[in-house]
Amino acid sequence: MTISRRTLLGTGAALGLLTACGSNTGRNNGSSADGKITLDHWYHQYGETGTEAAVRRYAAAYDKAKVNVQWRPGNYDQQTAAALLTDAGPDAFEVNGPTLDQIQGGQVADLTALFDGVKDDFNPAVLAPKTYGGKIWGIPQVIDTQFLYYRKSLLAAAGVQPPGTLDELVDAAKALTRDKVKGLFLGNDGGAGVLGGTPLYAAGLSLVTDDGRAGFDDPSAARTLGKLHRLYADKSLLLGAPADWSDPSAFIQGLTAMQWSGLWALPTVQKALGADFGVLPFPKDGPNAKPSVPVGAYAAAVSTRSKHQAEAKAYLKWLWVERTDFQEDFALSYGFHIPARLSLAKKAAKLREGAAADVVTYATEHGYAQPLLWTPTLQTAYQDALSRIIKDGASPDNELKSVVRRTNDELQRVKKR
Amino acid sequence: MRRPTTRRPTARRPRRVSDTTLWFWIFVGPFAAGLALFTYVPLLWSVYLSFFDAHNTVSPTDFVGFGNYTAMLRDGAFTSSLATFAVFSLFIVPATYALALGLALMVNRTRRFQAFFRSVFFLPAACSYVVAALIWKLSIFSGVRFGLANTVLGWFGADQTAWLSTTHPPWYWLVIVTVRLWLQAGFYMILFLAGLQRISPRLYEAAAVDGARPGWQVFRHITFPQLRTTSIAVVLLLVINAFQAFDEFYNLLSDARGYPPYARPPLVYLYYTALGQGQNLGMGSAGAVILALIIAVVTVFQARWFGLGRKEAD
Repeated sequence: MTISRRTLLGTGAALGLLTACGSNTGRNNGSSADGKITLDHWYHQYGETGTEAAVRRYAAAYDKAKVNVQWRPGNYDQQTAAALLTDAGPDAFEVNGPTLDQIQGGQVADLTALFDGVKDDFNPAVLAPKTYGGKIWGIPQVIDTQFLYYRKSLLAAAGVQPPGTLDELVDAAKALTRDKVKGLFLGNDGGAGVLGGTPLYAAGLSLVTDDGRAGFDDPSAARTLGKLHRLYADKSLLLGAPADWSDPSAFIQGLTAMQWSGLWALPTVQKALGADFGVLPFPKDGPNAKPSVPVGAYAAAVSTRSKHQAEAKAYLKWLWVERTDFQEDFALSYGFHIPARLSLAKKAAKLREGAAADVVTYATEHGYAQPLLWTPTLQTAYQDALSRIIKDGASPDNELKSVVRRTNDELQRVKKR
Repeated sequence: MRRPTTRRPTARRPRRVSDTTLWFWIFVGPFAAGLALFTYVPLLWSVYLSFFDAHNTVSPTDFVGFGNYTAMLRDGAFTSSLATFAVFSLFIVPATYALALGLALMVNRTRRFQAFFRSVFFLPAACSYVVAALIWKLSIFSGVRFGLANTVLGWFGADQTAWLSTTHPPWYWLVIVTVRLWLQAGFYMILFLAGLQRISPRLYEAAAVDGARPGWQVFRHITFPQLRTTSIAVVLLLVINAFQAFDEFYNLLSDARGYPPYARPPLVYLYYTALGQGQNLGMGSAGAVILALIIAVVTVFQARWFGLGRKEAD
């Protein structure tokens, strides 16, 4: 049979068309060869070595469904937020939230029933932001907390005591700044992103009051935030480091004498510096204030777009409620995190000594969680204002007035929904 | 003896219209469908969304009319993003224009290795904006002492500078502008080279006969006027590209916690509004429509001002 040029081209085009119309969306069709349901479970990319292998091992141990773990680098929050709008998103996913808009928008499933009999064993500080309308929308996986690392030898050489107040922190950072070493690293943006509400809580205030209004409509808020500009103006802050605040590299490499980072980085710091470091909460500011330690928890949630919601819930219950051995392993074997279950946190030997024990004490005594009503819109508005205060020396009073107005408007909006 | 054969004219079968149409759609159809599906439908859907309260949904029900538009125009962050664009275009458009034209003139005059230099200057255009931004951020303009720029300045006793975090003076503009300049100057150089090669040598010969001095005089009275249409196209493209700036801004300045308010161009702001955790797709869409209208108006105004399409004789 002779194939003419026209036939060949036509066949090729037709095949191309068929291929283009195929259903390869990158997502499986929901069932595997052995008849089990397949669930897609998304995680954000953790920095700690071994975490990815661990979650794949947990998934492989689940025998009621095949779990396809997706380990997603990049802007995970944006990826999941966009994926939840489509049917191509995950069944179960890790989320830095869920946010109020995601809950109100019906994007995440109600997981309250999974907590039957164990609700009281979850740390109430991190369970509260997962609760809305009396229902729980995410299972806290582990508690993450942030605090100040300081290098004991550098402080001793400069004759500086570990700072107990914000004024002392500003003075210490200045005294510790040398030619090649800066006093403090709060992130490459000067702290606007990572500090968030921490300085406000250190001033005895809050982001949102119990009756749902801006919690920083107070002159002491402006006074405290203004002190952060002094750090910048004094040139005490490390800026433009290759790795940002969440990575302890700048602290370990001696680029800074003090760094704001997380508990997850503690094993790396310990390995590099031995006993030559200490930890502190964010120092208090003002007469009635107290030290401040942000706590938060990534949660496991189920997408309401999932075709296998019941199966996804059963799987999450198995992993994050029943398998306490996996939860302990996930919290403590790769980096350090505080288990979200009170019973696990109490018996975790690695958190009972040294700096880790100090951190657990700070988080217990001074921990605050960002309220659920603090929406991403407010986060951006506040962060912008903080950036202008820190870097541009903008008037904290004027900046905060605008954010207070925006906060109260936004809180009205979310209450109406 | 063979009789000469007379070739009978073969009656060609008239091509059926349906055949032609079928093949047209087989070849063009997939692309047309892709264009409609991935460009026109989202575009129209975005216009539709802009009239609704669309938090975390692409199928909203709460009609708000022009509410999103007025909110967007009153939003200080959006208007400041337009100001950021204005500053950026003020830097990048003349700088790219001058550098690309300079390179084109230089390469055009080169008699040896012209193809080599053309390729070398064009090569950065093939580099990803993301990769280039990361090289600029982590290697050249890193804020610590071992960044390339700080190392060089250190030789002369200068303090280390946090290039991307310093707002007074705003050193971040140096980083943003140089990375884009490096990436796009070669492309526009090629456009100018094409323009230069279209200029008739007779004009230069006539100028020489009339006593014009080679160099600035010839450039001013012959080369530059002859590049008018190329210049108009280049400026139009540069302004539109500046409006669409995203990759280098985003990769140079964002971190896991967000983006600083300074140097936030419109597309980055709309990205955070619509696709960030806030997922305000109504506001984001309204912003996108406003931005598209601004680009269209500026382009039309600019084209008319430059006399795009006007005959050379005019």
